[in-house]
Amino acid sequence: MGVTLSSTILRKVAMALSGIFLMVFLLQHFVINITSVFSAAIFNQFSHFMGTNPIVQFLLQPILIFGVIFHFVMGFVLDIQNKRARGTRYAIYKGSANSSWVSRNMLTSGATVLAFLALHFYDFWVPEMNYKYVEVLPEDPTRYYEELVHKFEDVTRVVLYVISFFFLALHLTHGFSSSFQSMGFNNKYTPAVKSFGKLYAIGIPFGFAFIAIFHFLNH
Amino acid sequence: MAALDAKTPQGPIAEKWTNHKNSINLVSPANKRLIDVIVVGTGLAGGSAAATLAELGYNVKAFCFQDSPRRAHSIAAQGGINAAKNYQGDGDSTYRLFYDTVKGGDYRSREENVYRLAEVSTNIIDQCVAQGVPFARDYGGLLDNRSFGGVLVSRTFYAKGQTGQQLLLGAYSAMNRQIGRGKIKMYSRHEMLDLVKVDGKARGIITRNLVSGKIERHAAHAVVIASGGYGNLFYLSTNAMGSNVTAAWKIHKQGAYFANPCFTQIHPTCIPVSGDHQSKLTLMSESLRNDGRIWVPKNKEDAQAIREGRLKPTDLTEKDRDYYLERRYPAFGNLVPRDVASRAAKERCDEGYGVNKTGEAVFLDFADAVVRYGKEKAHVKGFDENDTALVQKLGKEIIKAKYGNLFQMYEKIVDQNPYETPMMIYPAVHYTMGGVWVDYNLMTTIPGCFAIGEANFSDHGANRLGASALMQGLADGYFVLPYTIGDYLADDIRTGPISTDSSEFEAAEQRVQAQIDAFINNKGTKTVDYFHRKLGKIIWNKCGMSRNEKELKEAMKEVKALREEFYKDVFVPGKADSFNEPLAKALRVADFLELGELFAKDALERTESCGGHFREESQTPEGEALRDDANFAFVSAWEYNGEPSDAKLHKEALNYENIELKTRSYK
Amino acid sequence: MKLILKIWRQENATAKGSMHTYSLDNVSPDMSFLEMMDVLNEQLMEQGIDPVAFDHDCREGICGSCSMFINGEAHGPDRLITTCQLHMRKFKDGDTIHIEPFRAKPFPVIKDLVVDRTAFDRIQHAGGFVSVNTSGNTQDANAIPIEKADADKAFDAAICIGCGACVATCKNASAMLFVSAKVSQYALLPQGQVEATDRVLNMVKQMDDEGFGNCTNTGACEVECPKGISLENIARMNREYLSANVKG
Repeated sequence: MGVTLSSTILRKVAMALSGIFLMVFLLQHFVINITSVFSAAIFNQFSHFMGTNPIVQFLLQPILIFGVIFHFVMGFVLDIQNKRARGTRYAIYKGSANSSWVSRNMLTSGATVLAFLALHFYDFWVPEMNYKYVEVLPEDPTRYYEELVHKFEDVTRVVLYVISFFFLALHLTHGFSSSFQSMGFNNKYTPAVKSFGKLYAIGIPFGFAFIAIFHFLNH
Repeated sequence: MAALDAKTPQGPIAEKWTNHKNSINLVSPANKRLIDVIVVGTGLAGGSAAATLAELGYNVKAFCFQDSPRRAHSIAAQGGINAAKNYQGDGDSTYRLFYDTVKGGDYRSREENVYRLAEVSTNIIDQCVAQGVPFARDYGGLLDNRSFGGVLVSRTFYAKGQTGQQLLLGAYSAMNRQIGRGKIKMYSRHEMLDLVKVDGKARGIITRNLVSGKIERHAAHAVVIASGGYGNLFYLSTNAMGSNVTAAWKIHKQGAYFANPCFTQIHPTCIPVSGDHQSKLTLMSESLRNDGRIWVPKNKEDAQAIREGRLKPTDLTEKDRDYYLERRYPAFGNLVPRDVASRAAKERCDEGYGVNKTGEAVFLDFADAVVRYGKEKAHVKGFDENDTALVQKLGKEIIKAKYGNLFQMYEKIVDQNPYETPMMIYPAVHYTMGGVWVDYNLMTTIPGCFAIGEANFSDHGANRLGASALMQGLADGYFVLPYTIGDYLADDIRTGPISTDSSEFEAAEQRVQAQIDAFINNKGTKTVDYFHRKLGKIIWNKCGMSRNEKELKEAMKEVKALREEFYKDVFVPGKADSFNEPLAKALRVADFLELGELFAKDALERTESCGGHFREESQTPEGEALRDDANFAFVSAWEYNGEPSDAKLHKEALNYENIELKTRSYK
Repeated sequence: MKLILKIWRQENATAKGSMHTYSLDNVSPDMSFLEMMDVLNEQLMEQGIDPVAFDHDCREGICGSCSMFINGEAHGPDRLITTCQLHMRKFKDGDTIHIEPFRAKPFPVIKDLVVDRTAFDRIQHAGGFVSVNTSGNTQDANAIPIEKADADKAFDAAICIGCGACVATCKNASAMLFVSAKVSQYALLPQGQVEATDRVLNMVKQMDDEGFGNCTNTGACEVECPKGISLENIARMNREYLSANVKG
């Protein structure tokens, strides 16, 4: 990171690229999950593929984890640098006069999402890793749906998830269009990008929340 | 009374500058590296000179009192810059620009200098475009022009209402390149407080670091003064708060003659004074007179009603309005030169037709232009030309595109919407044509000390035409001084570095230190601003738009008395060795208090009316200025002689070989 | 109008500063903000208190000298103006007004409200120019027609006054708007093309060396910019920078 990301612009481009990568992943994740609402079989089929395909498991999964860690670490590094660039703080600073709350608080929304990820990993990823690589239990192509539904029987978890999805939406509201700006994309299509970004930022987290609530209500 | 030699070259006027360049001494590139030049001021003239001198190879030290060269007050020039490009094909030429400038200056400028200015004007535009200055362009991608006061062609290049800014940033960028290369050493937040002469030659300056208060010595083989004009003598002017005469005045006290101090330009279109708290006046570009019509009510009762807020200007119909410029000067109308427009406004207001609370304002109305442009646009677009609302909307859009930033500025200050109601304007001090006397090489009467831009007197005579100040600043800095200075410096190639340890530097530093100590230790009761305001009132009231013998004599006495009171009773807080704005101001006002007296003396001496200088004793029966060519076709150059009132007059005769002296008529 | 002013006072660059409270009477709504400060200073001097130091010069919104952070905003509550163009009619009788210097690590305080913005100059030294000598023999100004839209955009970027409001207002103290305005002006004109690669690399490097923060696209700079410089310029600089890096 040191040498290659030495400039402010390269850092923000890296932030944007990792963000876009995560947004693509999120979309993919969502598409698979939403199938659970319609059909346990399709969901199991997708999940089985993702859980056992070596390319997904040993190439894409590490990249994804790296992407997540990079995005978070970079976010914190940038924030520390930015605070340092100010020096003495203002006695009165009226950010609301010129910018949106979400744009100024990406760290807050991001940290919430990070906390959620910890929970989410604890809920799904850790048991999954344990199942496959620690205890090495025999693969059952139909287990995924049951595991999912089981998790959402707990109301606390559902509430935590929904709250997290709200923060995720906030994070994406700014993050989507911001990543385009960072990569130098600002032209006559920008309003369209912004509108699409809003749709994505609200739609995806809403969809995830819907899935969680759906299973909670249907168990 | 000695005659002054301007050292103008021989030959036909169109060839003088070329011949001169061919015959003056040059300094070889290798030797330029051995020569240091100090440039004081980083506006258009100073900035462009510093950059060009550095390009040529000289070691330049540049000084400005602002925190960055980019903030010099050239940045505030709005309207444009003249150049005889004839891109519009309307018959413009070098000769015409030369002629218009000399005539506009009411035949009180030096022919050779003005011709040279017109000649290099075209190079300026080429140079600036090459630097990336974003001038306004038409839809074909070529440069656009507009028209300014006192001329019958369109030769003014512009960048919306921010031409000065764009040109200055161009010069600043050229400086930046040289600063980056180490050829210019930039000293910002430094004020020049004295000139150092060694063996009669200018060899350095004494400065005060405005942050630390440290007094510093700087040596060089030549000193260039580009510190701008002295409009702040009037306290209220369109100049920046920091603009001052100190550098120019200090060289005057060291032997540089000061020429035509009374030639001051009062700009006709400024935002009127709103109250006693006012610290400065804001200009509304002359370009507005391209489209705005100036008027006052025809009847005094209506004017009274408007002043008292009982009547709105838009309520008055055409027949109740007096478009006095169009009435008096049908040929030029609203685009008469500045001095004429200013005097006409004052005349109406003095007669009781003024339209703001103080009775010192006239209207500048865009209603007609809105309709004209709106109809034109509607026609082009194929819309209904009789749809009033549509025409208004389209017209206002065009006005906004042309003058948007000026209208916004006006609205912020006056709190009225100039798209809906006419602007109120009144004349204000804007530019000083007078300044340090220089010869054809732009050298003052001190060998090795040069003056360029508004700081010198040379090109505008008794009245400057619009869009000519930017032209002169850049002409001097880019294309004249860098060559002519070589003629002087050619003798200095063996001099070697100048030491700052000489007794001359010591003495100069002590002079400066003594003055500073006197201010800091003075236990006075009144602030510097108190004196500055009072000085401004005296000069504005008695040496303003119209002058007479009695008041000028009073002004001289009053300024002298005020100066004495100033030294006795001024209070300067704080310490000398720290950031201390009141101290910096005191040092500037001290010089204004001397200049003010010479200013009145010069105005008193010149009993004719010419350009911006209007003597009530010398006018035609219709009240127009009456020049006296038989007795006053000369430059008054004043030699410092102890007290400003004792200054000695030297005359440089003005010989017109290429232009016939005529009564200036804009009727 | 009567006002309570809370102003940052700091003796010099090394001294520790703090907010001081002053009350001021008889403020006219027609005064500009700086004229109000003049009145305050006259009052302070009468009371034997050192006047408040602040940068100011042209007082018509073009030189970029004035630089106050008023009630939490650069150049105060109004839009598209500098502090010198802010008028007291924007405030109410009895208001409390907080006045602080523009704050950023690269803008150290010199005294009170005066800050050192020479970092901006140094960024310009690194590449804010076209390398053309003053010969007077460059080609004719009309030799290269420039599309009006591009010329206008270049102008819109070029009107930056270098006041530093973008840095002061950015929560990250980023100077991207300032630097991008200059980069854009030249990127949009054919005259600037020749050195485009070096220019953007050098200027961004200098910007980073000065210690300005990272841009997070909050857009606050565009809102507070007295000249309304667009965020589009930052995107353009990002593009220029990326392609310059690719070209090396």
